[in-house]
Amino acid sequence: MEQAREAAGLAVRDAVVRYGATRRRPGSVAVDRVSLDVAAGEIVALLGPSGCGKSSLLRAVAGLEPLAGGSVAFDGEDLAGVPVHRRGFGLLFQDGQLFPHRDVGRNVAYGLETQGTSRAERAARVAELLADVGLAGYERRSVATLSGGEKQRVALARALAPRPRLLLLDEPLSALDRRLRERLAVDVRDTLKAAGTTAVFVTHDHDEAFTVADRVAVMDAGRLLQVDAPDVLLRAPANARVTEFLGLASGVLTAGAPRRGPRVHDEDGVGTAAS
Amino acid sequence: MDDDGRRLRRPRTPRWGAWLGWGAAVALPLGFLALFFAWPVVSLVLQGFFTETAAGRVLDLSGFAEVLSQERTWRIVGQTLAQALTGTVLSVLLGLPGAYVLYRCRFPGRTLVRGLVTVPFVLPSVVVGVAFRALFAPGGPLGWAGLEESFAGIVLALVFFNYAVVVRTVGGMWERLDPRAEQAARALGATPWRAFRTVTLPALGPAIASAAAVVFLFCATAFGVVLVLGGLRYGTIETEIWTRTTQFLDLRSAAVLSVLQLVVVAGALLVSSRARTRRERALHLTSDRVSSHRLRLRAGADLAPALVTLVVVAGLLVLPMAGLVARSLRAPDGSWGLDNYVALGTTGGRNALSVTVWEALGNSLRTAAWAALIAVVVGGLVALVVSRRPRRAGLRRAVGVLDAAFMLPLGVSAVTVGFGFLITLDRPLGLDVDLRTSGALVPIAQAVVAIPLVVRTMLPVLRAIDPRLREAAASLGAAPGRVLRTVDGPLGARSLGLAIGFAFAVSLGEFGATSFLARPDTATLPVVIYRLIGRPGAENYGMALAASVVLAVLTATVMMMAERLRGDRPGGEF
Repeated sequence: MEQAREAAGLAVRDAVVRYGATRRRPGSVAVDRVSLDVAAGEIVALLGPSGCGKSSLLRAVAGLEPLAGGSVAFDGEDLAGVPVHRRGFGLLFQDGQLFPHRDVGRNVAYGLETQGTSRAERAARVAELLADVGLAGYERRSVATLSGGEKQRVALARALAPRPRLLLLDEPLSALDRRLRERLAVDVRDTLKAAGTTAVFVTHDHDEAFTVADRVAVMDAGRLLQVDAPDVLLRAPANARVTEFLGLASGVLTAGAPRRGPRVHDEDGVGTAAS
Repeated sequence: MDDDGRRLRRPRTPRWGAWLGWGAAVALPLGFLALFFAWPVVSLVLQGFFTETAAGRVLDLSGFAEVLSQERTWRIVGQTLAQALTGTVLSVLLGLPGAYVLYRCRFPGRTLVRGLVTVPFVLPSVVVGVAFRALFAPGGPLGWAGLEESFAGIVLALVFFNYAVVVRTVGGMWERLDPRAEQAARALGATPWRAFRTVTLPALGPAIASAAAVVFLFCATAFGVVLVLGGLRYGTIETEIWTRTTQFLDLRSAAVLSVLQLVVVAGALLVSSRARTRRERALHLTSDRVSSHRLRLRAGADLAPALVTLVVVAGLLVLPMAGLVARSLRAPDGSWGLDNYVALGTTGGRNALSVTVWEALGNSLRTAAWAALIAVVVGGLVALVVSRRPRRAGLRRAVGVLDAAFMLPLGVSAVTVGFGFLITLDRPLGLDVDLRTSGALVPIAQAVVAIPLVVRTMLPVLRAIDPRLREAAASLGAAPGRVLRTVDGPLGARSLGLAIGFAFAVSLGEFGATSFLARPDTATLPVVIYRLIGRPGAENYGMALAASVVLAVLTATVMMMAERLRGDRPGGEF
């Protein structure tokens, strides 16, 4: 599944992330030689069960975890040694992580303040972004008074405010209830597409992944199993593990043959699933 | 995608900027600790091991043999341990019902009682000594009990001090304990007592152990209280060091005793840090929600703890404080009036003092302000560094060592610190400035004593800041310095207020080190009070009582203001 190296956008090559490594112990491998490309303006979902390494990969791209191997590049520039705040990547956490000591408007303005934008320009941009996420006029509200969904909307506006080259979303909707999640997933896609933002969206919910993303990367046990557009993924899952995780009926599996050579051969699972 | 081009790519700055910043944040406190704590204390300890001869310094352990063979030494060590153990056991036994009633039950006036319970802990030790002395003296409210200059009297005063430590440490944990575990035990057929003994008590174990270790430490190093209450018959290692230094001018045996004290204290600190680690682990098991129920006096279940708490609060806490105030309003001729307070403008009967009490109050406020400033700057930097979790295992261990190093002043007696200052800082680092006469030593010594409290107050708050909040700020383009200024700064600011208040209150009441270092004309309030009760005359005694009330009110006010800043949020150790 080696893809042509694209000049524009994110290029991850053979990335390895380890935890708890010391001089004597190698530690445990969270991300195992993963390669992934995200083209400019594209939204890619990283889909996988909890503990599969998708958040670690995201943190490595953001510069929050050091790479034990491989590389991360953006627009052809290798990002090794570039600290988080110089990468120009936005980051959205599961629980928003709004600054509790700032009101909504000052939360959204935070990234603009570091860029040295003028006060008037800042206020205009904050108002525009809050309107985009459906919270027009919320500037003076304290973040403690917001509901879970509103918090995530503010966090999204805050992440988008400095116009990041790439937005990284780490399970941004997982803490919300189902109906809100479904509605917000559509809103998130519309907002990202309207801004033309390149994004990586981590989730464990395949419906959410299919709603938001242009392409979905299925991850398990630190490795990428398949990267494809939602309809391709549904039509032709690469192997039994993908099928299982997507929750497809075993009948669908027999209908479609594996399309690409997967790294993990797990044919035994098919037998038990089909019987 | 035109927007992407607008984002300027700044050149990478070398990482040494960050290293320099953190290096300075570590170097300044370490330098302070080395110069104003390690050096004086180590020099003092070495005095016990070496003697100066014509050939230079030679190792000489005869001082140890001499001091350790004295019957008086072992009597003092025995008294220290007995006082500390009895005081600790009694504080825990009385504090447990208090923690239950004040943190697990709801009743009108609970906030007031909680505040009342905290006041003794911050009262200067000299004030507590004076209050209990007035209580036990012939003619005092408890004069009939024969507690004057007795073991029981000292232990009662120690419990008065440390009751709050147990109630607050254990209560803070009890409040957050999930009640469903105990309910599950009850549903399985356990009696209330059995459910308490088998479920609640083990869960509280780490908090109790941690509180007991801290109380033991405070009791074992108690100075002012014992000095005032013990008279000639009772003493601790701490008062003995003071006596041998200032009365007998026997520096060598005082140094040997300081080493003995270090051994006792190191043991208690070790137990305390073990217990603290377990408590921090246990805290993860508790919920964020506070659970309490209404006090049930009718049902009988809460009757016994409520009665115990009532007796302790009324008899042990309120009585001495009220007694002190009442006694301070008795003029030397026995009539009621403000004569003692009027006399605070004088230097006492037969010029017992070099300054008036009001001038001493000014000295106290000035030194405490400087001490609080130093303690908060140094302690704040330590808390900031220690709150970080570096990725590299070696750095993580180094941070742990730094944390432990700044807890040492909590254990090493203030008397040892003050005494160490006297013998080392006449020409610090070969510089030709005698710090001993400059008056700068008093606030520095007080800051050394206050720093561990500042660290313990600020650290939990800084540690509670979600690291992802800093990551979010960094992803929004904030450089490390800006993250510090815009995230850690505002969120830690509230603990800063409490830390300043704590440091100020501790410095106001500090007596052990100050009594060594303050010169007559720069005497602080505690020093003046001690001098007044040591002088004959009803007039001087009355002034000591009035000055004690002034100091108590001042300290309690500072602490109450600081507590306000903290609000309801948990945090801090005490």
